[in-house]
Amino acid sequence: MDIVVENLTKSYGQQKAVDDISFRVRPGEILGFLGPNGAGKTTTMKAITGLFAFNAGNIRIGGKSIVGEADEVKKHIGYLPEDHALYTEMPVIDYLRFIAEIEDIEKARISERIREIIRTTGLQDEKHKKIGELSKGYQQRVGLAQALIHDPEVLILDEPTTGLDPNQIVEIRELIKRIGKEKTVILSSHILAEVEATCDRIMIINKGKIVADGTAQELQNRAKGQQVLNVGIAGGEPDQIYNELKNLENVEMVDLSDKENALFEVRSVDQHPPSKDIFDMCVRNSWYITQLTPVETRLEDVFRQLTMN
Amino acid sequence: MKKSWIIAKRELSVFFDSLIAYIIIVAFLGFTGFFTWLYGSNIFFVGQASLDTFFSIAYWTLFFFIPAITMRMLAEEKRSGTIELLLTKPVTDWQIVSGKFMATLILILVTLVLTLPYYFTVWNLGPIDHGVVWSGYLGLLLMSAAYISIGLFASSLTSNQLVAFLLALFIGIFFHIIFEILAQSMSGNLADLFGYLNLSSHYDAISRGVVDTKDLIYFLSLTFIGLVLAEFGLAKRNIVE
Repeated sequence: MDIVVENLTKSYGQQKAVDDISFRVRPGEILGFLGPNGAGKTTTMKAITGLFAFNAGNIRIGGKSIVGEADEVKKHIGYLPEDHALYTEMPVIDYLRFIAEIEDIEKARISERIREIIRTTGLQDEKHKKIGELSKGYQQRVGLAQALIHDPEVLILDEPTTGLDPNQIVEIRELIKRIGKEKTVILSSHILAEVEATCDRIMIINKGKIVADGTAQELQNRAKGQQVLNVGIAGGEPDQIYNELKNLENVEMVDLSDKENALFEVRSVDQHPPSKDIFDMCVRNSWYITQLTPVETRLEDVFRQLTMN
Repeated sequence: MKKSWIIAKRELSVFFDSLIAYIIIVAFLGFTGFFTWLYGSNIFFVGQASLDTFFSIAYWTLFFFIPAITMRMLAEEKRSGTIELLLTKPVTDWQIVSGKFMATLILILVTLVLTLPYYFTVWNLGPIDHGVVWSGYLGLLLMSAAYISIGLFASSLTSNQLVAFLLALFIGIFFHIIFEILAQSMSGNLADLFGYLNLSSHYDAISRGVVDTKDLIYFLSLTFIGLVLAEFGLAKRNIVE
């Protein structure tokens, strides 16, 4: 089922949490939402689940509008909220049974389905414990279990790996990837490595607007206009070298990254590689270059560039 | 209806898995038992085989107990965020509200059933008017339904349980006492209006053994309005400014 978001706008009072956002996600695609806190990720996700009405726009899932046919659409959505919003006083297995009944799973299949999902999420040893007694990581698994129990076509996961240990994170990522092969998945995170590792497509949201949309590779290429170099220069005083570097025409920013070994991080002006200038500068001052390596633009840089202003 | 029942089942399991249900039942039986059998103008003092004392004590006890049961039902779910997760499931606001209503009414019903030994005991002591007893129970149940819906409405407005409790009592006190006082101190149409709104008069009529459709309609419509308002309280997230 496709998720189609058209001109979605949602404001809280005067403030626009989501401002005229449009995008489309197809089955077999995992879309990663990135953005600083308060950027509108959670609001967008909640709107897709039909939790509240929005000011303008429309959301259609499998061609049906979440506004008009909420009951029909909701059956196909699995949602994991960011806070562990679970009934802490209930044992895991009772809770999953309750969710299974609410999700209209046939009575005869419920027990089997619960067994399956408990196995998939690794909750076998915890199934009789009360949810409130579980660690955060296990609560997160219960959250995933309730989102997956009815085998939904569309999965909305708000920060699915928070609170998990590194092994669990890898497991859950694998699980999401496996599910994402057939289903339509949107997940949000502020851990860039996670989005890079799990998602086919990344969308960066800032202040309620989409500021970038593409694969990790595409986003990195976009920021490639500016070059970042690690430069090592010897034969002079680091402070003097720093000042000279700073005064170069094509250099936008210099960072003294290691004073001992006179290592600098140099960021160029758009489209102007500064290597030649640096070389000429060294010749002028009879210094010599110990290192000159271009730095791969990381997603972090793209993210900072797009969301820092 | 099926979904409401699923919600109700969950609420009931929470009642009986935690101490809530047992505390309510024990406290209710203790309270009514003490005043019915031991203290003041108790059954032996009155010298008649009637449960009037029990019904008037139960009437007041439920007035305080019901808000205490309903206060957490929506407020706590709002505070912990569980209501949001529930509302992303294929279930409507009305089904959630009516499910919680059913669960509370069942808890009250169980509590009242446990007081039936009072009835059998008094029956053994002397000639008792069975009709009055049963209509007394009916009155308590109808009154409970009305207060549960008011309690749910109060709980739907806030995410703080204490606020929900006090708000329910505040609304309840109007139906319990204040409308009666207003009716007495005014005249004409207003007096009629407040007289009609006064819950005690309808309750008294039923518990005397006079089951009139007028009173039934009063209780059922009060319950229904309370539940509809609770549904609105829950659905106000859908109001776009």
